[in-house]
Amino acid sequence: MSIVKANRRWNPQIVTPILFLLPGVLFFLLYVIIPIGQSFNISFYKWDGLGEAEWVGLRNYERLMQDRAFEVSLWNNMKWLVLYLLAIPAGLLIALFLNQTVTGIRLYKSLFFFPFVISQVVVGLVFSWFYLPREGLLNAVITTFGMEPINVLGDPVLATYGVIAAGLWPQTAYCMILYLTGLNAVDPEQIEAGRLDGAKRWRMLWHIILPQLRPATFIAFVVTIIGALRSFDLISIMTNGGPFGSTRVLSFYMFEKALSEYGFRMGYGSAIAVVLFLIMLVFIAYFLWSMWREERAGRH
Amino acid sequence: MLKTFTRAAGALVLTTALAQPAYADLSGTLRIMSDMSNPAPRAIIEGLAADFDAMHPDLTVEVDVVDREAWKSQIRNALTADAPDVINWYAANRMGPYVRAGLFEDITDMWENGDLTGLDSVKGAMTMDGKQWGVPYTYYQWGIYYREDIFDELGLTEPATFEEEIANCQKILDSGRKCYTIGTKFLWTAGGWFDYLNMRTNGFDHHMALARGELSWTEDEGVRATFANWRKLIDMGAFIDDHQTYSWQEALPFFVKGEATAYLMGNFVVPHLREAGLTDDQIDFYQFPKIGDHPMGEDAPTDTFHIASNAKNKEAARAFLQYVTSPEVQTKINAADGLGQLPVNSNATVGDDEFLQQGFVMLSQNATGGIAQFFDRDFPAEMAKTGMEGLQEFMVFPDNLDDILERLEFTRQDVY
Repeated sequence: MSIVKANRRWNPQIVTPILFLLPGVLFFLLYVIIPIGQSFNISFYKWDGLGEAEWVGLRNYERLMQDRAFEVSLWNNMKWLVLYLLAIPAGLLIALFLNQTVTGIRLYKSLFFFPFVISQVVVGLVFSWFYLPREGLLNAVITTFGMEPINVLGDPVLATYGVIAAGLWPQTAYCMILYLTGLNAVDPEQIEAGRLDGAKRWRMLWHIILPQLRPATFIAFVVTIIGALRSFDLISIMTNGGPFGSTRVLSFYMFEKALSEYGFRMGYGSAIAVVLFLIMLVFIAYFLWSMWREERAGRH
Repeated sequence: MLKTFTRAAGALVLTTALAQPAYADLSGTLRIMSDMSNPAPRAIIEGLAADFDAMHPDLTVEVDVVDREAWKSQIRNALTADAPDVINWYAANRMGPYVRAGLFEDITDMWENGDLTGLDSVKGAMTMDGKQWGVPYTYYQWGIYYREDIFDELGLTEPATFEEEIANCQKILDSGRKCYTIGTKFLWTAGGWFDYLNMRTNGFDHHMALARGELSWTEDEGVRATFANWRKLIDMGAFIDDHQTYSWQEALPFFVKGEATAYLMGNFVVPHLREAGLTDDQIDFYQFPKIGDHPMGEDAPTDTFHIASNAKNKEAARAFLQYVTSPEVQTKINAADGLGQLPVNSNATVGDDEFLQQGFVMLSQNATGGIAQFFDRDFPAEMAKTGMEGLQEFMVFPDNLDDILERLEFTRQDVY
């Protein structure tokens, strides 16, 4: 009798969370976990998406190793990862600059936030006009300084940097907004105490403010790294992967191989997807691990 | 006399008379999914559907127009899940994946039993594995469109040989203009140049053998000769600068402003030039000049209709295909105020337009080498993609040729 009673008391505490989690878990399984498994599976086949799939084992991966377009994409992904991180200090700088009480500061803040609100497609278009070889604003400016005009998006060396610069514009705004909210939470008493101890400018920033912005920095890192790895729209709009494939990244190359007009090599595309997934997994695992560590530290 | 009568009798009466007896009892719904999404083609397909609907009282015709670019990837889903009866696509190698996957209906019987007459010249483009998989409804010529007024000003005439072409180009360059405008951002425009240079340098058969993967990109002497010819033009500075940044439309202003005098392009460029304010006195057209001693081959991409194997109303679909290819309908939809392209039926009348007339003469009399579809339709998709990327790179950095050819050869080994 007492066991039944105990069960009754236990049940809601177990069942309720499960019920609440169930829809989320189901959809996560259906739309994320299972497709990941399918991608792994398809990457071992040669399949055009229509006919019979032919088992080829690791051949897709072997070919990836010899594929120069893949190598270029991988390097470009690295460039994106490293250079995209510039958005974090830039965002912090603007946030610090805007974190003051002046008339009209709300307007300035929203102006700085503006690039994040507009669509990536528009950002891409605006920047590709900016870079235009003859009519573009960039060349108008540099030729007034007596320099030779450059065709940023037509130059295989410069093109990727040109696209990344376009991407940094909205990403900086995003980091800025994260830091602005973070700065609201900075404890004025600590600043006061720091000031009494003679901390100024850099020392104040480094020892008092930044440590309190850690949560904002963490989120900025997460969104920037993920953003860099899934860069796609800008490349598609600004260069379409060109000139001669020099601005491809893994996600774009995957799309080209699997789903674009000249693609429909599902196995090969899946192999690229798997590689991209593994790279992302490194970062995601690190983020999850550090979040878990934080939480554990918070509980003690 | 007979032709005059045919035209005077009017399209509708005759087609009704022809088509009615065979398919008088068509009923149910005919679902057409079309990629004719630009304004003029859209009006044509909607008109076709309405006319066909009116001819068959018991039949309802539904048209679904999909964006032309989007259709290139959507066709797969459309053919597999709840397939429509009739769909648009392209001829030749582009049909390959769908034919092999059994998604296109085999309509060889229609070609053999006389339902489709006057289409002999385009039959080859619809044939795969010895069977026919659809019907064409329009095609158009490629060629060199040039600024007649600038040619007159410089005292130039239409060249017939490559030497003359180069001599002309030198005079154009000396006058401070570029010879050719081109925008290679989306790659295929470079494919057009390669098609012509290779067909002229090595002949049509060589070009098709290359498309079928029978020739090596690195070993074959002919391929190198083609690139050597191309390089002559590149080294002269014949092409506009920074073309890798422009789409084909973005390259038009150079032509319109007279900064470049010629454009190797399909006939679909003409309406754009007229809209930009150029009159027919300022634009003219000539066939890509001769290089080697080979019969001239031409690019003439053909657009098609097919029946899905999973179609529900195949009887009506077949009747529609026959209707679309009939001489009267062909004359009407390809006319200058319609698609402005060439009719596929040899009994049809070519539109009253100087470019259509010239193109028709060129293709019917002066393309003895053969008719190709286009680089990205003749070569398998992956080969075409890598190939056109290499061609674009060659146009910007001709010194990279060896490296480019090695990459193409690597792809060839893998694709075929």
